[in-house]
Amino acid sequence: MFKTMPVSAMIGLFGVCFYVFLAVFAPLIAPYGETEVVGGVWLTPTAQFWLGTDNLGRDLLSRLIYGARTTLFIAAVSTVVAFIIGILLGFLAAVMRGWVDQVLSRLNDLLMSIPTLIFALVVLSVLPSELYILILVMAVLEATRVYRVSRAVAADIAVMDYVEAAKLRGEGWGWIISREILPNAASPLLAEFGLRFAFAVLFLSALSFLGLGIQPPAADWGGMVKDNKDGIVFGIGAALFPGAAIATLAISVNLVVDWLLNRTSSLKGGRGDG
Amino acid sequence: MGGPLLTMIVQRIALGVLLLFAVSLLIFAGTEILPGDVAQAILGQTATPEAIANIREQLGLDRPAPMRYLEWLGGAVQGDFGVSYSNRQEIATQIAGRLGNTLFLAAAAAAIAVPLAIILGILSVRYRNTFFDRIISIVTLTTISLPEFFSGYILMFVFAVSLQWFPSSATVYDSMTLLERLWAIALPVMTLVLVVVGHMMRMTRAAILNVLSSPYVETAELKGLSQSRIIWRHALPNAVAPIINVVALNLAYLVVGVVVIEVIFVYPGMGQYMVDHVSKRDVPVVQACGLIFASVYIILNTIADVASVLANPRLRHPR
Repeated sequence: MFKTMPVSAMIGLFGVCFYVFLAVFAPLIAPYGETEVVGGVWLTPTAQFWLGTDNLGRDLLSRLIYGARTTLFIAAVSTVVAFIIGILLGFLAAVMRGWVDQVLSRLNDLLMSIPTLIFALVVLSVLPSELYILILVMAVLEATRVYRVSRAVAADIAVMDYVEAAKLRGEGWGWIISREILPNAASPLLAEFGLRFAFAVLFLSALSFLGLGIQPPAADWGGMVKDNKDGIVFGIGAALFPGAAIATLAISVNLVVDWLLNRTSSLKGGRGDG
Repeated sequence: MGGPLLTMIVQRIALGVLLLFAVSLLIFAGTEILPGDVAQAILGQTATPEAIANIREQLGLDRPAPMRYLEWLGGAVQGDFGVSYSNRQEIATQIAGRLGNTLFLAAAAAAIAVPLAIILGILSVRYRNTFFDRIISIVTLTTISLPEFFSGYILMFVFAVSLQWFPSSATVYDSMTLLERLWAIALPVMTLVLVVVGHMMRMTRAAILNVLSSPYVETAELKGLSQSRIIWRHALPNAVAPIINVVALNLAYLVVGVVVIEVIFVYPGMGQYMVDHVSKRDVPVVQACGLIFASVYIILNTIADVASVLANPRLRHPR
């Protein structure tokens, strides 16, 4: 599997592993504390502060490393929740069909007809700013996309002979969904998971950038861009580092997903190009 | 224009209107059913129950929700969105100018992005699998992955701070000429173009490549026609429907994508107005902005639907 891996996917995988490593071992790697004020405001990079300091005089590199933790963790949790909701409902719709499918699909269409960010803004204007609410809002909005994909994938599988055989054997819905459909849908759903995770990172960062995501003083990449954005006009690039971190993580995940998608489509005999 | 075609288009438009109603209901319910309380939010956690009851009565929140929904929708249809909680001013008058600004920004970005994406898409098909194609592919993949606030600040850092070619904040006011306005919004427009052009270009490329794999194109190749002629005269007309679809979808995305970009460049548009009032928990303003954004999005999507039916006769007879 790894021998045939293209260079682009290798780079992507390395990038993802790098950030996960930073996130997991943040307290061991970071030279200073997450909210520790260590020097003057917006110092330029030196040997002591590799990336300089931020708008309150905190070490930017340390905040970036702790930020990896917050950003990756929340994006991952919301993506997992989105997949649990989306896959369950999507598979249910594909297996039950009839009115269950109709009701779920039309409701999903309705939710998807409002742009994600706008819907999040509307909902967050009334909900209290708590972490679990942020995760739930992100998860529900992402679940709409997961529902679509998993329903389409499961609908293809649900008409296979072996599913028919399981039904005739007298297996229940639970068995069919978890033992017949899920293993066969795993590959395309894994690629979708990567895409959704990258999207969650971007979405969370956008919300934090707008001041509606993770609340200070916790470090997260989007919020760090917001904190340091006023420095840009004075020629201080502190806001560009967290921005670059978000961008490189998103690109890395996309590179891996591209490879996964190509692999699954070539397994099905599809054309690799185009 | 036959009877069935007209019925189909009317159907799509009716569906769009129905969707708009459902969305208005969802936006109203979204701020209504959810556990947050507006009065509580305005006054803060320490408010006395009397004060909360008082403000609820003032804002008319003590009346039943269905009645308030009908009043709100009735007003919204006539362009009356009620009064803002935070500054007690008419929302409609505050929105009017901002909506114009937002649409102006989106239109300027579309005027550059759409032709650019289609030309790049055609060129990358013409020179597919060459160095040129690879470069375009890598560059667009990168721009797709960049968050708006990263590309936006990079452009600001380079063109406004280092080179000082363009202003760093996009301030516009009424007495500006068109040219001054365009100069002021140069950086936000560039950022928006970067955000959408990659996706549009890749979909254009995929749509043309899809058509190129069909037998009639092979016939054209075997007749000895040139590559350019095959792409322009044979493949492109059949790829128009998916391309129109992608363009309309991305235009819809442009109108929404402006939210973050307006905040970056402090542009006086709808997006910035909405974000400001989300943190102030000014629900009527957020509802009004949400409804307008969602409407523009749905209208553009409906146009995409109708346009692709018009451009592709095969879609007129659904199986």
